[in-house]
Amino acid sequence: MTMPAAAPRPNGRLRWPFALRIEARLDAPRGLATAVSLGAIGVALLLGALILRVVGGDPWRAYGHIARAAFGDVGVFSDTLVKATPLILVGLACSVAFRMKLWNIGAEGQFYMGALGSSIVILTGLVPEAASRPVTLGVMLLAGMLFGAFWGLIPGWLRARLQVNEIITTLMLNYIAIAFVNFFVFGVWSEGGFQMTATFQRAAWFPRLSDLADQWPGLRGLTTHFGLVLGVIASAVVWFLLYRSRWGYEIRLVGDNPKAAEYAGVNITRNTILVMMVSGALAGVAGMSEISGVVHRLQTSISPGYGFTGIIIAWLAKLNPIMVVPVSVLFGGLILAGREIQPAGVPRLIQGIILFMLIASEVLLRYRVRLVRVAAER
Amino acid sequence: MDPIVILHAGVASGTVLLFATIGEILAERSGVLNLGVEGMMLIGAMSAFSVTASTGNGGWGLLVAMLAAGMLALLHGLVTIHLQADQVVSGLALTFLGVGLSLVLGEGLNKAGAISLLPVVTIPLISAIPVLGPIFFTHHSVMVYVGYLLVPAVWFYIHRTRQGLDLRAVGENPTAADAMGLNVQWLRYVHVWVGGLLAGLAGGTISLAISPGWFSELTTSGQGWIAIGLVIFAQWDPFRAALGSYAFGALRRTILDIQGPQTLFTLRNPFFYNPYLGFFLQMLPYAFTIGVLILGSRAAQRRHLGAPAALGLPYVRGERGH
Amino acid sequence: MMDVPLAVEMRGIVKRFPGVLANDQADFDLQRGEIHALLGENGAGKTTLMSMLAGLYKPDAGTIRLGDETVSFRSPRDAIARGLGMIHQHFTLIGPHTVTENILLGMDKPRFLLNLAEYDHSMMDLGERFGLQITPTAKIWQLSVGEQQRVEILKMLYRGVRVLIMDEPTAVLAPQEVEELFKTLRAMAGEGKSIVFISHKLQEVMAIADRITVLRQGRVTAPGIPSASTTKEDLARMMVGRPVLFAVDRKPIQAGDVVLELEGVCAANDRGLPALREVSLKVRSGEIVGVAGVAGNGQREMADVITGLRRCTAGRIRVHGQDVTNHPALQMIRNGVSHIPEDRTHVGTAPNLSITDNLIMKTFREPPLAKGLTLDHHAARKKAVQLKAEYAIQAPNVEVPTRQLSGGNLQRVILARELSLKPRLLIAMQPTRGLDVGAIEGVQRLLLDQRNAGSAILLVSEELEEIFALSDRIVAMYEGKIVGEVQTRDPETIGMMMTGGKRSPSEAGAA
Repeated sequence: MTMPAAAPRPNGRLRWPFALRIEARLDAPRGLATAVSLGAIGVALLLGALILRVVGGDPWRAYGHIARAAFGDVGVFSDTLVKATPLILVGLACSVAFRMKLWNIGAEGQFYMGALGSSIVILTGLVPEAASRPVTLGVMLLAGMLFGAFWGLIPGWLRARLQVNEIITTLMLNYIAIAFVNFFVFGVWSEGGFQMTATFQRAAWFPRLSDLADQWPGLRGLTTHFGLVLGVIASAVVWFLLYRSRWGYEIRLVGDNPKAAEYAGVNITRNTILVMMVSGALAGVAGMSEISGVVHRLQTSISPGYGFTGIIIAWLAKLNPIMVVPVSVLFGGLILAGREIQPAGVPRLIQGIILFMLIASEVLLRYRVRLVRVAAER
Repeated sequence: MDPIVILHAGVASGTVLLFATIGEILAERSGVLNLGVEGMMLIGAMSAFSVTASTGNGGWGLLVAMLAAGMLALLHGLVTIHLQADQVVSGLALTFLGVGLSLVLGEGLNKAGAISLLPVVTIPLISAIPVLGPIFFTHHSVMVYVGYLLVPAVWFYIHRTRQGLDLRAVGENPTAADAMGLNVQWLRYVHVWVGGLLAGLAGGTISLAISPGWFSELTTSGQGWIAIGLVIFAQWDPFRAALGSYAFGALRRTILDIQGPQTLFTLRNPFFYNPYLGFFLQMLPYAFTIGVLILGSRAAQRRHLGAPAALGLPYVRGERGH
Repeated sequence: MMDVPLAVEMRGIVKRFPGVLANDQADFDLQRGEIHALLGENGAGKTTLMSMLAGLYKPDAGTIRLGDETVSFRSPRDAIARGLGMIHQHFTLIGPHTVTENILLGMDKPRFLLNLAEYDHSMMDLGERFGLQITPTAKIWQLSVGEQQRVEILKMLYRGVRVLIMDEPTAVLAPQEVEELFKTLRAMAGEGKSIVFISHKLQEVMAIADRITVLRQGRVTAPGIPSASTTKEDLARMMVGRPVLFAVDRKPIQAGDVVLELEGVCAANDRGLPALREVSLKVRSGEIVGVAGVAGNGQREMADVITGLRRCTAGRIRVHGQDVTNHPALQMIRNGVSHIPEDRTHVGTAPNLSITDNLIMKTFREPPLAKGLTLDHHAARKKAVQLKAEYAIQAPNVEVPTRQLSGGNLQRVILARELSLKPRLLIAMQPTRGLDVGAIEGVQRLLLDQRNAGSAILLVSEELEEIFALSDRIVAMYEGKIVGEVQTRDPETIGMMMTGGKRSPSEAGAA
């Protein structure tokens, strides 16, 4: 893979003495991956600016607005963290599955099912209204995880047993989950014909920072809720699972080389199903956390595509559970600020460009471009 | 609930899936999985509607739709063929980009365009054939007839031409194809591009003919993904793709029609009395896609058929064995 | 002889790959109508040098001349257009396509319409002209390896090549098929075509070549010497740079109890077709049983069945008398069965995981590495460091991903993992394939040590010399059957058995 930087003259007298040489890297220097990722985001933002400019917007104002509206003061940063909370959980969900090369792009549907599960236990009165907050939240969490896990089990089982491509099935299940939730919201528990149920009892709400405003007045109005703690704990747990547990070792082995895993006696069928369930459960927790921490009832359109953003977050974090947290905060800010930006597609457009830049830039990790003296080789 | 009406409508709306599915078949036959069909279709639908609305010419609309979607496909080609990025992730990125871009560019477009912006044609003589005539040759958009021609043409291209042979070779064994002097990258670019053109055509067909207008994401409502599922069901064969597409079209129409009558097969129609059950009907195309995938993969296993062997793998020349 | 025109002349060829100097000022010339062997160890740069002649790579320095003209090929197609074609070790055939489709691939004609029936006829005619039997409408995957090679040769003949380069063409063939190939090659040379025969097998090179060029570490150590004026020993010295011992030191020891017993074992291959037919076999402790056979005759399926990676459809497998038929892979690992797989990168290792992670692949479930459900990564690292030293794995540290290791070091990682399990039974598939001479000796010594320590070893190899050197007993395999045990260490006899020759071993011995 060499390409001359300039066409050599046929007579050989005047010759550009350098050539660009693209070589495979055997080893990437430390920190290069981070630098390349940051560079990719930078270039993506520039490209996004260009597109905004072309369609007649003012990109710098838009970006300035995003920065202020997401990180400008404690209040908005708290809102950013609220947006980051479900992103952390779905980002982890995607990371776990992708680590085993299972393309779970159904985190969106699993998120909805988690929300549905945690709402059902309240709406059906399975948890009495008088129940204490820890019990209520515990049951909701469990129900959310179970529903999410079930929604991951279906494509996992189909993939493991019948070799059905999980990309399409998880995606189809997103549409099905959303229609399913809509059925319950409109057809079963609609509050006066609106697209939402009645508000849940306080015991079903996650504690918020503002709940502590009596002791610390500075926290007044801050919406960050307990789900964030859950997300951070989950990222530590997933890290430990992947890098310090026997099961995590099996996941990494299957992800890198399924044949070798089989050869090492790893049960791939069982692991496929289990990993999809864990992934679904994490996304389900995200749905539960959104119900308990933000909307406090079941309603339609609870996710502006968190499940899909989770894919980008997982990729940007290089599937590292710890890195998922800061990346989610960044994207939380983008989504928060993006709500106010017109036209509505901008955040999605920028996410798309970022993902493109990211995967395109990975070539820099695998190859290095060197300028070499042609003469020196003779 | 007239079967002729349902099948007629099935052929019409199935044409959208047909274009997208055949486009994806061509891309995948060359070894490139392009999951960005939904994004490409949406950009096609948006640009076709927007151009037609301002020029009044559906032909220009379709052309721009195809070129716009083709551009996106080339981007996928660049990233996966040249930069060897993961095809799955790149396809997802393309979906985001296509959807985002069409929402941004389609902002403020006049939403509804009640009538078809492309000519509607009844073929003389053969439309008089009983059953088949009214289903296939009566009062259809020209795009439906384009679909009829496309299916055998693509089959012929794949199996009976030198270019088709090259295409199949590149998708099965790019190393061998390269060694025999085929330009693997070029062939992949061309077919990924053509796949994009057809996805754009599919999108344009929606917004100009099948359900005219621009309804943001709901314009395609996941049909791009269904098309990818159909490719597996079709086992990369255009005729099976046609079968699957038209069947899906008919299913969509059935779902719409089933909520109309008060009785269904002499029984009380639950969908009439409880409109909320309609949400379950909405799930059907997606549930059927899963079903079709299961059938497709079972058949592939039984007949030892399968995807093009090199599907999803970047081709790097001169990689040394050991 | 002096005025035979040169077909090809390569001068001062240099080719670098990242971290490797593959060819260093290599010269090579080829005359019209000769069979010229290019001899060297694995990794000596033979294939690389010829790939440049075939237009696959471009040299970093040096010139290639055809007749009086300096040429620079941009692609294999370019080279073929000038009459130079190469048949690679891994065939460049499209499995689901027919013979004719494969031959037509990449040709200028037909430009658009494929009239296959018409071309089928011309393929038949061309085959007959050179004595190569083929069925043009057959799909490649239905053909044997020997038949596939014929398709490759036809492909080049159809393109009218004048120079045919064949990379290790005999590696996949049985001795009798080799003889047939040699006949074809001589016929082609007789028609004035030049043939480059890449090989690392001295015997064959002496048998077929008119002249021989030897490469060592990318440099030419013998430039086109006539084969009549040299000896195997000389060639070996030029190949390796020092005198070679052709045998390892194997002391006879008393074999012990039966460890592995196969009884009428049948299994299917990946396509679901029968690949193992009623195989019965015993391996005792302290014994190496060598399985001779051409690749693809059921050896891999046999190894898979014994290690629990493939279901057997009939028959019984016993390890130490205990019935383990169709036990899952994990159970077989626990039964003390180690496995050196044929495919190091696709089966034997996880290339992006560290050496440590690769070394613990079979021990991570038990203490001391496992602590409950967690994995003690300090213990894993310690174990890896120890194995790295013990098995002389050359790498900067144990955190390096195994994709960065050379073939020899990769094999050491696998050996370290498998042998440190102290297996009762070891299935060794092609344990030295693709390694250089030094590494081969090391691996063979490790296998013998393991045997001396009382393991039962089933050795599958395509190298008859290796089978002879290591095995206490030898069986031959053909079309999924064990066709017999070989008493005499005579290549002729084994060759007959490996190809389904009619003669039974006793008759062969008498003949």
